[in-house]
Amino acid sequence: MGQIKDYWWKVLGVALVFYAIVAGLLTDVPKLPILNETIRNLYYHVTMWFAMMILMTGSVVYSVKYLMGFNIDFDRKARITAGIGILFGLVGITTGSVWAQFTWGAFWVNDPKLNGAAITLLIYLAYIILRNSLDEEQKRARLAAVYNIFAYVLLVVFLMILPRMTDSLHPGNGGNPAFSSYDLDNDMRKVFYPAIIGWTLIGVWMGQIRYRFENIEKKLHADD
Amino acid sequence: MLVNEIKSLLKKELVLEWRGKYALGGILLYVLSTVFVAYLSFVKVIDVKTWNALLWIIILFVSINAVSKAFVQEDKSKTLYLYSLASPQGIILSKIIYNALLVWIVSLLALGVYVMLIGNVVQNMGLYLLALSLGSIGFSTILTLVSAIAAQSDNNVTLMSILSFPILLPFLITLIKLSGGAIDGLAWSVLSKYVIVLGLLNVIVVILSYILFPYLWRD
Repeated sequence: MGQIKDYWWKVLGVALVFYAIVAGLLTDVPKLPILNETIRNLYYHVTMWFAMMILMTGSVVYSVKYLMGFNIDFDRKARITAGIGILFGLVGITTGSVWAQFTWGAFWVNDPKLNGAAITLLIYLAYIILRNSLDEEQKRARLAAVYNIFAYVLLVVFLMILPRMTDSLHPGNGGNPAFSSYDLDNDMRKVFYPAIIGWTLIGVWMGQIRYRFENIEKKLHADD
Repeated sequence: MLVNEIKSLLKKELVLEWRGKYALGGILLYVLSTVFVAYLSFVKVIDVKTWNALLWIIILFVSINAVSKAFVQEDKSKTLYLYSLASPQGIILSKIIYNALLVWIVSLLALGVYVMLIGNVVQNMGLYLLALSLGSIGFSTILTLVSAIAAQSDNNVTLMSILSFPILLPFLITLIKLSGGAIDGLAWSVLSKYVIVLGLLNVIVVILSYILFPYLWRD
């Protein structure tokens, strides 16, 4: 049994996600045209993107750490974190598609936020393919870290400039009701932000389990 | 110091290219064939948006083909010898400059042939050429770094495309906006923001390549 100071964040993560699920379904939400009750998806869909971007940022930080000392453990952490980010992204794109079908009448629409999400997934899937096409451990780590950093910076730039280039169907753009205008005077933020933190912590926990799992596998193979 | 190094490396690239003219000829023929395929498929493009997008897609593919050989072409021993003589910063900057020049010439040619065959819809050609030039720098910088990554793997042709397409998109979208404005003859005050964005993007990718390339080259 570990000390509470070692695993408190896991308890917090579970508690926050649990809270987000219960409170997200039970609390009052503003009655808005088009969105109606589907606005509750904000707690489950938008939080996925936030958690994904936080995890991808973590992955880049590990890549930078790897390049500073060439410690292969950082490379593994970068890969695992990016992998979980992709998982969150896939869940986010699925929940977004369902939501879009209900509100905009199509599973996919030409919208900068959707396209930004698709590009993010394309970049990180390419990152995984790049890793798998290289055999030598240190070389793979080096190339993957460089691509991770290069692509991440361009992705952030892309996500910043894209909405300014085209109109968006998302709230707050092109005549759609904006979240921020009523967020402040109701309780949505009280569920939204904890949900982001909760999902991020769950993601980190998943990464930790994966990392330890690989450690055990390595040890087992070392004995062979 | 670095400037002298870049100068001599650039000279080396140019001399090598001149000696192996068939490679350059191959790219030029690639441009002609691609534009001709577009011409036979469309004959005349009336819609301005399609005209613009088609040209940029052609330029995108031509650039990938032109730059992908940047690091693949040289054999291992020659590369090692080169790397023992020059600094990684000198190598990446000279490659970027050389490839930018190559992509610029090739995309100018593409534009020329395209206008000849499919027709000209551009009202402000000067601005269109500016977009083409800014695009050449950005495309070649990104593609040079990606080709340095892809060259070290086994399936570098596929990798080159899948690694570069998603990160080329910020450029492509801004370029299509700017060149679309040039086609419609919009005022400079409307379009200047795109030029600034493209300029900043170019600065970002060159600085990133400068910082990151030293981690790629040592084997």
